[in-house]
Amino acid sequence: MPMADTIVSAVRFSGVSRYFGDVRAIDQLSLEIADGEFFSLLGPSGSGKTTCLRLIAGFEQPDVGDIQIHGRAVAGVPPYERDVNTVFQDYALFPHMTVGENVEYGLMIRKVPPEERHRRAGEMLELVKLSGMFDRKPSQLSGGQRQRVALARALVNQPRVLLLDEPLGALDLKLREQMQVELKALQRQVGITFIYVTHDQGEALAMSDRLAVFNHGRIEQIDAPGHIYERPATRFVAGFVGVSNVCEGELARRLTGTTEPFTIRPEKIRLADPIAFSPDSWRSVTGVVESIVYLGAATRYNVVLEGGGRLSTLRQNADDAGKGPQQGERIRLTWQPKHEHRLQGDAS
Amino acid sequence: MTSDTLATATPGVFHRIANALYLRPRLLLFLLLTPPLLWLGVIYLGSLFALLAQSFFYIDEFSGVVHREFSFITWGQLFTLANFDIILRTTSMAAVVTIAAALLAFPLAYYMVGYASTRVKALLYLGVMLPLWSSYLVRVYSWKLILAKEGIVTWLADSLGLLWLLEGILSIPVIGGSSLSTSDIGTFLVFLYVWLPFMVLPIVAALERVPPSYIEASADLGAYPRETFRRVILPLALPGVVAGSIFTFSLTLGDYIIPGIIGTSHPFIGQAVYAHQGTAGNIPMAAALTIVPIAIMAVYLSIAKRLGAFDAL
Repeated sequence: MPMADTIVSAVRFSGVSRYFGDVRAIDQLSLEIADGEFFSLLGPSGSGKTTCLRLIAGFEQPDVGDIQIHGRAVAGVPPYERDVNTVFQDYALFPHMTVGENVEYGLMIRKVPPEERHRRAGEMLELVKLSGMFDRKPSQLSGGQRQRVALARALVNQPRVLLLDEPLGALDLKLREQMQVELKALQRQVGITFIYVTHDQGEALAMSDRLAVFNHGRIEQIDAPGHIYERPATRFVAGFVGVSNVCEGELARRLTGTTEPFTIRPEKIRLADPIAFSPDSWRSVTGVVESIVYLGAATRYNVVLEGGGRLSTLRQNADDAGKGPQQGERIRLTWQPKHEHRLQGDAS
Repeated sequence: MTSDTLATATPGVFHRIANALYLRPRLLLFLLLTPPLLWLGVIYLGSLFALLAQSFFYIDEFSGVVHREFSFITWGQLFTLANFDIILRTTSMAAVVTIAAALLAFPLAYYMVGYASTRVKALLYLGVMLPLWSSYLVRVYSWKLILAKEGIVTWLADSLGLLWLLEGILSIPVIGGSSLSTSDIGTFLVFLYVWLPFMVLPIVAALERVPPSYIEASADLGAYPRETFRRVILPLALPGVVAGSIFTFSLTLGDYIIPGIIGTSHPFIGQAVYAHQGTAGNIPMAAALTIVPIAIMAVYLSIAKRLGAFDAL
């Protein structure tokens, strides 16, 4: 049994920076991704998450800092000498080759004999449920099928780390949700480290073991999905991952007695009658319904508080929930203080 | 103004035509395609078939009168050693010019597409296109000055002490000569210069359709740059190279001005056609000789197709 501190991470960034002209795409980044983990890089466009992935793939080289893949420093190592494979956002399937030739490409380059690579490509296509498509051209496939070919083409090389750059971005919602489940199952099955870039917070929460939230080339928080959602470290994370109420300054003081900023998730806030009783230990505030957003399973109420400030709350459209308040109606909002989450180290 | 003015007002004649065409896309297509198809079909193909027909007439050697009756006499005369020499010289010149143009154009096009900034790219486009703005004859005559025995190249070689090299090149049998402007090497250089833009532009167009992610994907899958070039970039750029080669090859096959100004006295196909239809008045032979480049192009294209040059289209 290896000692805990000798376990080598799949990918390790130590103080990595990457500049494009004056822009710091990646700024002093340190990160460790464990072997076999499903790790997501989440952030808005331009936050550095794709640059981070390209640094691991070897398409970019860091200006400062050190990157290790399975304990091996990869400074100056070109992509074709790295034991990682990438699923590209546009899939990048070679249009002049068949599906089978695309999947075999990496094996052919590594001089695997034709019969063996043919067999392995066939098995991989079977794994992604495209067995009959060997001789088709990529142009004859649907978006979802191309996505699977791209996945098979990367996985057939048995990389130790698989990089996925917004692979589901071009698919429609239904297919995307189905592929999320399949990708996660596939990752468990093959046991390879998946590093997954996405700007879709729902996707990152649904699939990842852990995720890093990127903003302006820095990581705001690295944690498990539940922690990221329940205990966002910064205002940015609170705002980017899910919908959150951020309270600060005067509003925070009125609600909690201190000006320390905090966030509270809308679903933790209960809607009640203005005259309704609530336990003393609960926060309680009255306001007027400003707007109502019907979301299907739930309805969001945006409430203007008496004395200023806004909070939004979520109400499940359950069978026994009855009729909700109308726009302009005066209501009371209550919640337990334990659901408030203090924001730390966030001066902005 | 109310909105029903639009609906009730009698539409103008242009509006009615526009509406009629909008509702009848086939009619629009017919109107758009008829002029170019008439031009290509009747005038171009028609004259081509007239040419083909002419090649089956023959000339009376003594009277110089063209006999307008079907025979293979002219075609028989075509395959004499002298004509074969002309065809071979022209075809090999066209092939060498095409290969050299492709070798020169590809790196330039690759740089223009893959690396050049928008500004540099615009300048390079201009550089490639600029020669086409001036007269072809002027450019060919300037090359005569450059390549002549007392010309710039000789002067430069002399001042650099490289006259021995120039003389060495000129003493190569068959393609050499007394000076660059009177040798096949000179003809080659001028052909290459004049047709190069026609090779660069199609290759640029083809390479622009290869997204950088293909090249990255190939590298990601373990391919060294050399393999990526051979297995991804080249196959995808090949239709552009073939399109360019169609231009350079056929333009060289048909040209009669450049070899008349620069080069040896041995004629090319174009010059032979010119001579046969002019002073000699042998229209059937001129026609038969004109069919030759067409036949060569047909063979060339079918070979290119068989080699998969158009698979990536």
